[in-house]
Amino acid sequence: MDNQYKVVHCTINGKAVEKVVDVRASLTDMLRNDYRLTSVKKGCEVGECGACTVIIDGEGFNSCIYLAVWAEGKEIWTVEGLISPEGELSDIQEAFVEEGAIQCGFCSPGFIMTSWEILKSGKEYTDDELRKLLSGHLCRCTGYENIFRAVKKTMLRRLGKKKEAEKVNSQGITEYPNPMPFI
Amino acid sequence: MYDIKALYEAESVEHAIKLLQEHPEAQIIAGGSDVLVQIREGRRAGVELVSIYMLDELRGVSIDEEENIRIGSLTSFAHITKDPIIQKYINVLGEAVDMVGGPQIRAIGTIGGNTCNGVTSADSASTLMAWDAVMEVTGPEGVRRVPIQDFYIKAKVVDLKPGELQTAILIPKSSYENCYGHYIKYAMRNALDITTTGCSVNVVLSEDKKKFERVRAGYGVAAPIPMRATTAEEFLKGKNVTEKNIKEFSEMVLEDVNPRNSWRASRALRRHISVVMAERALRESIRLAGGEING
Repeated sequence: MDNQYKVVHCTINGKAVEKVVDVRASLTDMLRNDYRLTSVKKGCEVGECGACTVIIDGEGFNSCIYLAVWAEGKEIWTVEGLISPEGELSDIQEAFVEEGAIQCGFCSPGFIMTSWEILKSGKEYTDDELRKLLSGHLCRCTGYENIFRAVKKTMLRRLGKKKEAEKVNSQGITEYPNPMPFI
Repeated sequence: MYDIKALYEAESVEHAIKLLQEHPEAQIIAGGSDVLVQIREGRRAGVELVSIYMLDELRGVSIDEEENIRIGSLTSFAHITKDPIIQKYINVLGEAVDMVGGPQIRAIGTIGGNTCNGVTSADSASTLMAWDAVMEVTGPEGVRRVPIQDFYIKAKVVDLKPGELQTAILIPKSSYENCYGHYIKYAMRNALDITTTGCSVNVVLSEDKKKFERVRAGYGVAAPIPMRATTAEEFLKGKNVTEKNIKEFSEMVLEDVNPRNSWRASRALRRHISVVMAERALRESIRLAGGEING
């Protein structure tokens, strides 16, 4: 059988675009190869590591297990879309830098997109809730605590709780999650 | 690139049925969190696929004219958990599917896919089994309804004939009325893990909250397909809410559960936790139903 192609129209980082796409392509393939959005990482490619996470219609998805043709009519955001017109980093990216939440950097774009989704809700989450919301990503460098702290601090800052945010810094993470109620 | 021979995109349920008839070798892809991963692994390499993912008509939760809770087969786990109808009438289902994989998997995974792949470890299946869900299957002959107990035939095989697809999952009013339930997933990690064994219990208590009117207990990974602990359920029917009866009920699940040894866990461990989970899930269900344990 000959290769099958399809025109896919969507909005990527606020810009309406269209391209002919191979139906066998994943959304990761399309974003990286056709649109050069290389913040979208190829990690496990089976939906386990979260390095390829992008926002589709407001929700975080693993783009590696999402067919490119399903992007038809969707609104997609990647890390490239977070940068301000002046080229400055967003608050969540700044916090990742500040907290040392980035080491090798491979998991960072995925974590940042999930954090962006978490923070845009405007809710104040408990530590356990935040950990659960961040649980779809693997990081082999940081041990997660720096990432958790960056997200928590940004959440508190956005809620106008500057003092509490600084406390997270000086105290480090004192609270550990309750062990899972296994049975 | 995925190793896909051909992809047929369905534009409606009727179109999907037509595509399935025209391409009898083709497999259905809903969210793809199983199918695409298995293609990547090579297990399903070179497949023809009929994609139903774009059929928004199969998304959402509603109450139909017969007062069934109707869950469109493509409703994602994340949307089920957040849905107000689910939260009001069958919150345990929202809690159960909130334990699947991680957040991104719950955004793409569908309840239809979770049941149609026929695996016993599906986190939605034990609860749907315990609430006597009815599968709505649409095919060339029209629509038919299959009780979930008959829908599962054997491991990885469900009652879908050529050209058919599951279009909704129904929870009858007689099942959800005054019913309260709790699900426990036993797994090795808090996230991104498969159920070692899972147990979903629900109760209807008498008006004075002193007797069990009906108790149902569904299990995942206690047999090759999701199953019910019917002997224990029968035992508790009409009995008083007492410590002794709760203990006896939980021991009695061993009459029905029949787990296997696998590299994940032994049969002995699974039998042991089946009992412990039955007891804990029953206690929580009683609490949710507003009951108290007397003696």
